Amino acid sequence: MGKSDYIIEVNHVSKQFEDGKYALNDVSLQVRKGEFVTILGPSGCGKTTLLRCIAGFQVASEGDILLNGEDVTETPPNERPVNTVFQKYALFPHLNVYENVAFGLKLKKVPSQEIERRVRKALKMVSMSDYEYRDVNSLSGGQQQRVAIARAIINEPEVLLLDEPLAALDRKMRADMQIELREMHQKLGITFIYVTHDQEEALTLSDRVVVMREGKIQQIGAPTDIYNEPCNCFVADFIGESNILDAVMIKDRLVHFCDQDFECVDAGFGEKAEVDVVIRPEDLYIWEVPADLEKGTKTLGEIAQMQADYDPEDRVPKGKFTRLYGEVRTCIFKGVHYEMTVMTDNGYELMVQDYHQFLPGTQVGMIVKPEDIQVMRKERLCNTFDGKVLKDNQVEFLGATWDLSDRVAERFEPGDEVEVEVDFNHVNLQDDEDEGTLQGEVYFILYKGDHYHLQVRTDDGDDLFVDTNDIWDDGDRVGIKIAPSWIRLYKKEVKS
Amino acid sequence: MRITQNRRSWAWPYVLFMVLLVVLPLLLIGYYAFTDPQGGFTLRNFLQFFHKQEAINTFIYSLAIALITTIICLLLGYPAAYIMAMRSFRTPAVMAILFILPMWINFLLRTIATVELFHMFGLPLGEGALLFGMVYDFLPFMIYPIYNTLQKMDLSLIEAAKDLGARPKEVFTKVILPLSVPGIYSGIVMVFMPTVSTFAISELLTHNKITLFGSLIQRSFGEGGIAMWNYGAALSLIMLIIIGMTSFFGNNDTEDINR
Repeated sequence: MGKSDYIIEVNHVSKQFEDGKYALNDVSLQVRKGEFVTILGPSGCGKTTLLRCIAGFQVASEGDILLNGEDVTETPPNERPVNTVFQKYALFPHLNVYENVAFGLKLKKVPSQEIERRVRKALKMVSMSDYEYRDVNSLSGGQQQRVAIARAIINEPEVLLLDEPLAALDRKMRADMQIELREMHQKLGITFIYVTHDQEEALTLSDRVVVMREGKIQQIGAPTDIYNEPCNCFVADFIGESNILDAVMIKDRLVHFCDQDFECVDAGFGEKAEVDVVIRPEDLYIWEVPADLEKGTKTLGEIAQMQADYDPEDRVPKGKFTRLYGEVRTCIFKGVHYEMTVMTDNGYELMVQDYHQFLPGTQVGMIVKPEDIQVMRKERLCNTFDGKVLKDNQVEFLGATWDLSDRVAERFEPGDEVEVEVDFNHVNLQDDEDEGTLQGEVYFILYKGDHYHLQVRTDDGDDLFVDTNDIWDDGDRVGIKIAPSWIRLYKKEVKS
Repeated sequence: MRITQNRRSWAWPYVLFMVLLVVLPLLLIGYYAFTDPQGGFTLRNFLQFFHKQEAINTFIYSLAIALITTIICLLLGYPAAYIMAMRSFRTPAVMAILFILPMWINFLLRTIATVELFHMFGLPLGEGALLFGMVYDFLPFMIYPIYNTLQKMDLSLIEAAKDLGARPKEVFTKVILPLSVPGIYSGIVMVFMPTVSTFAISELLTHNKITLFGSLIQRSFGEGGIAMWNYGAALSLIMLIIIGMTSFFGNNDTEDINR
């Protein structure tokens, strides 16, 4: 058996629950010895299920998990060289601190003198030396957390699994524990796999971050890569603040958004390709345009140019960058920086962060450096469904019956299997569920600067994507309507 | 201020209830136990009990029957409660209801049904029938509290034990069992106390052949006439003290475990 470079290998693991839903959907992940890997995602994304499969509390429905090159997919948890720090600590309430920490060693029949030595060492490691004989129920959340960590690391596991261990602590305590965890990881030299929904925590702690959504891995990479080069809108939106905009790649290294052309560093998308761009709010450079525009001697553009060229603080990079102009709408103090929303003259709302305050109503200019524009391939350009043509100018898809325009219907016979296309902006959402042909729930919302891009999940679990100017909230119930003239049908290729 | 005063007045019906139906009868028992039929103070009633070998034997026999009933209930009830409470056994909730259902029916009715069952199968009534009937009657009172504690137990504790290397047997002996002690204690109290003082069940299931301590008290009041009330009161007081003592010991134990 060849020695593997990886301590943990998760190969095409899927976990299907009884109701048929996938908690994990073809997940593959390799972890090197000594790495600190964070699995990050919103609640219900499958991150905890993945951790539990590695710990052995759940068995993958498909795929396999290797530990040190050995298949452990169905090995019970007590026979795996891994230990877990549970979300709610799971300390044994009938045992004191010492007995809790010693639990694993006592099971292994380690001599009591050695147990004592190691318990003291472990408690010292988590700075809980004087608490040996305390009742675990009398400890604070942070102290319980430390005991839970000591109880896990005392067994010298090859991998330590941590399931949102800091979620129940307050902010200050969490920050302290993060530093301690990081130090502990370096001191112990064992592999940490850490599950969290807190993106800041993930970026701070990890060597590598695994972003998950709906049972699938979206992106794996170093924190800086994940932050600077998100692979899709979900990752960009989930990690940090971001402006996500619809754009068109005009050619290599030239992208069009906010009605203007921008130089960028990306290539290989083809010409006139529809893409998404991400601009982090701190990557937009902002300066004030003087209010004496009324004098009329100079245009807004000229004044802004001047301002940029003579910026007294030299904050704005010089160069021939495409400029955006607009007015500050809101300004919030965020501690270190201010966060402004700026409405551009051509109607796009952008979020900007700067150390300087720009009050609402201020006329401003903005630039972004080419390397700070992250271009991403769009996951889809319009909604596509499988459908079947019915009688009376109707078509069935997503489990509902829809009217067709005569123009479309006359090209098909009832019974034809078809591919249905509907543009994002032609799906009509209704407040009153019953008014829609189909009912669903707003599942995910993305603000695109001048409109919202919604993912609507129907009651059957299918997804529709909708562009709209209306404001909806996550979880809103909606009725879905599509005007007959916006339903396009294509004959399916008959497979031979 | 006024609200608290008003609220306090809500307690009055209960205070009245307690005084009339608990405190007063207890005082009366105490009064009768320490007086002779003429109303003079005496310890004769207690001495009569301690000098009568037959009464003491009955008392010890009752305690033994209650103890055996409790042990059998525990041995049968714990696994039943465990199987119902552990989700890994996938037992439907209906099963829990089926176990608890007998509690909803008057136990005299159940006892009479048991007697009929014994007749039907041609089994003799007597000590065996008595134990069977008592276990049958009181088993739900053992299952329910144990089921309750097991069901409320944090499942992540079981996972934590497995994670730390415990085999299934060790998970049970080192985590599940110690954590279910409060339920076991409640079950023991709920079975042991009523069985010590039971009399109707024993009379029905043994054709009055076996006399339990409860029957002795009942007969003192029922058949002995007013002259025997003092003796009956003394017996009641003795039983009360014994039961009180067991529950006190138990209470301290559970507190230690919780601490």
